[in-house]
Amino acid sequence: MPVKSFENVTWKAAAHIILCAFALAAVMPFVLLIAASFTDNNTALAQGFSFLPKKLSLDAYVYIVREWRTIGRAYFMTILVTVSGTAISLIVTCMFAYALSQGNLPGRNLLTFLCVFPMLFNGGLVASYYVWSSVFQIKNTLWALIIPNLLMNTFNVILIKNYFQNSISPSILEAARIDGISEFGLFVRIVMPLSVPLVATIGLMGALAYWNDWTNGLYYLTERDGGQFYTIQLVLNSINENINFLANNSELMSRANIQNLPSTTMRMAIAVIGILPILAAYPFFQQYFVKGITLGGVKE
Amino acid sequence: MEITGARKKAVKWKRFMPFYIMALPGVVYLFCNNYLPMAGIVIAFKHLDFRKGIFGSEWAGLDNFKFLFASKNAFEITRNTLLYNGLFLVLGTVLAITLAVLMNEVQGKAASRLYQCLILLPFLISWVIASYLVNAFIAADTGLINNGILKPLGQKPVSWYNSKQYWPAILTICNTWKSIGYGMIIYLSSIISISQDYYEAAIIDGASKFKQIRLITLPLIKPTVITMTILTVGRIFYSDFGLFYQVPKNSGTLYSVTRTIDVYVYNALMNNSDYGMSSAASIYQSLVGFVLIISTNALLRKLSKDNALF
Repeated sequence: MPVKSFENVTWKAAAHIILCAFALAAVMPFVLLIAASFTDNNTALAQGFSFLPKKLSLDAYVYIVREWRTIGRAYFMTILVTVSGTAISLIVTCMFAYALSQGNLPGRNLLTFLCVFPMLFNGGLVASYYVWSSVFQIKNTLWALIIPNLLMNTFNVILIKNYFQNSISPSILEAARIDGISEFGLFVRIVMPLSVPLVATIGLMGALAYWNDWTNGLYYLTERDGGQFYTIQLVLNSINENINFLANNSELMSRANIQNLPSTTMRMAIAVIGILPILAAYPFFQQYFVKGITLGGVKE
Repeated sequence: MEITGARKKAVKWKRFMPFYIMALPGVVYLFCNNYLPMAGIVIAFKHLDFRKGIFGSEWAGLDNFKFLFASKNAFEITRNTLLYNGLFLVLGTVLAITLAVLMNEVQGKAASRLYQCLILLPFLISWVIASYLVNAFIAADTGLINNGILKPLGQKPVSWYNSKQYWPAILTICNTWKSIGYGMIIYLSSIISISQDYYEAAIIDGASKFKQIRLITLPLIKPTVITMTILTVGRIFYSDFGLFYQVPKNSGTLYSVTRTIDVYVYNALMNNSDYGMSSAASIYQSLVGFVLIISTNALLRKLSKDNALF
C-alpha cells in the first residue's frame, strides 16, 4: 500500500509540474506584451523588451488616449460588428435549423443537402472574392465585415437542428399548437427559450469569431475608402502592413513617414487594448468556451 | 376528389409555409456565400478581366494550371502545406493527449480549472494579436530573445524575420502554443466520460498508473483520436492562413519555408492581381480537399459510423 500511494503522489506531482510549465508558457507572451506596453520607448529601443522593464512609462497609453478618435472608433466598430453579426447570425442559423428539424417538411432532404455540401466543397477564395466584390459590391461597406463566411456556420445549423429534434419534447410543441399558437410564435416563445444553453454557447463562439476576425477586412476593405470601418484587429493589421511596406521600401523611410507610425511600445499598447475585453470576460465565460469547443470538436 | 385533393394541398402548404419562410434567409445566404462561388470556379479556366466580367473574359483552357504547375511554386506550397499540417497533427495529438491525461490526474478542482484556463488562453486571440506577441520575442531591435538572451550570452543578434532556417521551428511553436488548449479540452472531455469502474477494477488488480493509462485510458479514447485525426487529414490541404501570413509578416525572404497554398492564393490575388494563378491554385486546393474529405469520411464511416460527417 505505501508503494501505491508513493506512486500516486509522484504522478500527481509530475502532473502539477508539467501542467504548470505549460500554463506558464501559455501566459508568458501575454505578460511580456503587457510589460512591453508599459516600457519607456527609449529603454525598449536600447535594451529591448523584458518582463521587468528598467524604466516604466505610461506614454503608450497617453498616446492611445490622445488618438482615441481612431482607436475609439475602431473599438466601436469591433463592438458593433460583433454584436450585430452575432445576433443576425444566430437568428438566421436558428430559423434555418428549426425548419430542418421538422421531420415531415417536404424538401427537407434537399435543404439538409444544401447545408452539408459546402462543408465538403467550396469555390475557393478567388471565386468568393469575385462574388462578394463584383456581384454584390460589398467592398468598403460595413457589410463586408459581417456577411462573408461568418454569418452562418453550417456545422452549427446541424448542431442546433439535432438539439431541437432530440432535446425539445414533441408533446410541448403539440400542446402549444393545439392552443393555436403560430409557428413563428412557437419558435420565438417556446423553442428558443428551451434552447438557451446551446444557443448561448454557440453565440459566444460566434461572437469570439467576429471579435477576432481580420480576414474579411483584409479582403474587402481598403485603407483609403474603408478605413472608417476598421476594427481593432484591422488597425493592428494595417500598422503591421505599413511597417512591412516601409521596411521593404527603405527609400520611403522619411521622418514624416516614420512619425506617422506608432512607436514600438505604442503598438504593444494597442494590442493590449485589443485583448483586454477578452481577458476580462474570459474567467466568467470559461466553462462556456470549454463547452463550445467540445460541441464543435466531436459530434455527440 | 379533385377539390379535396387541391384543398388538402392548400392546407399542407399553409401548414408548411412558415418553415419555408424561416429557412429562406439561410438558403439565400448559402446560395450567395457558398454556391455562387462554386460556379465561380470557371474563373480558373478564363483569362479573367474584371472590367469584362467572368463571362466576357476569354477562355484560357488549362493554361492557368499549366503555368501554376510549371513554376516551382506549386510544389513548394503543396510541400509546405502538407508537411506543416502533418507535423502539427502528430505533435498536437501527442501533446494534447499527454496534457489531458495529466489534467485528469489533478484532483483539485480549482487547480485543474486554473491550468485549463491558462493553457486555453492563446486559443482565444486572433493571429494578428498573436503576431504582436511573437514580435515582442523575436523583433530584431527590441525583441526579448536578441536582447535578453543572446546578448548576455555574448551571441550576435539574429535577424529572425530574414533567417529561413528558424521558421519551421518558430511556426511549430506558435501553432502548438495557440492550439494545444483546444486539443487538450477535447481529449479531456473524452477521458472524463470513461467510467471510474474500470480504474477501480484495475487498481484492485494492482495495475500501475502507467498501465492504467496504457490499457484503459488510451484504448477508450481511441475513437475520439481516430475521428479527430481523420477530420484533420480531410482538411490537410487547407492551412491556417493567419499563422502563415501574420506571424512571418508576409516576409518574401521566408516564402520558401512559410508559404502555404492559402498564403500563395491570397498574395497572387490581392497583391499581384494574378487571377489566373490564384484561381488555379485555389481550385487545385478545393478539388484535392474535396477528394480527401470524401475519402476520409468513407474511412470514418467504416471505422465508426456515429462519427462520420455524413
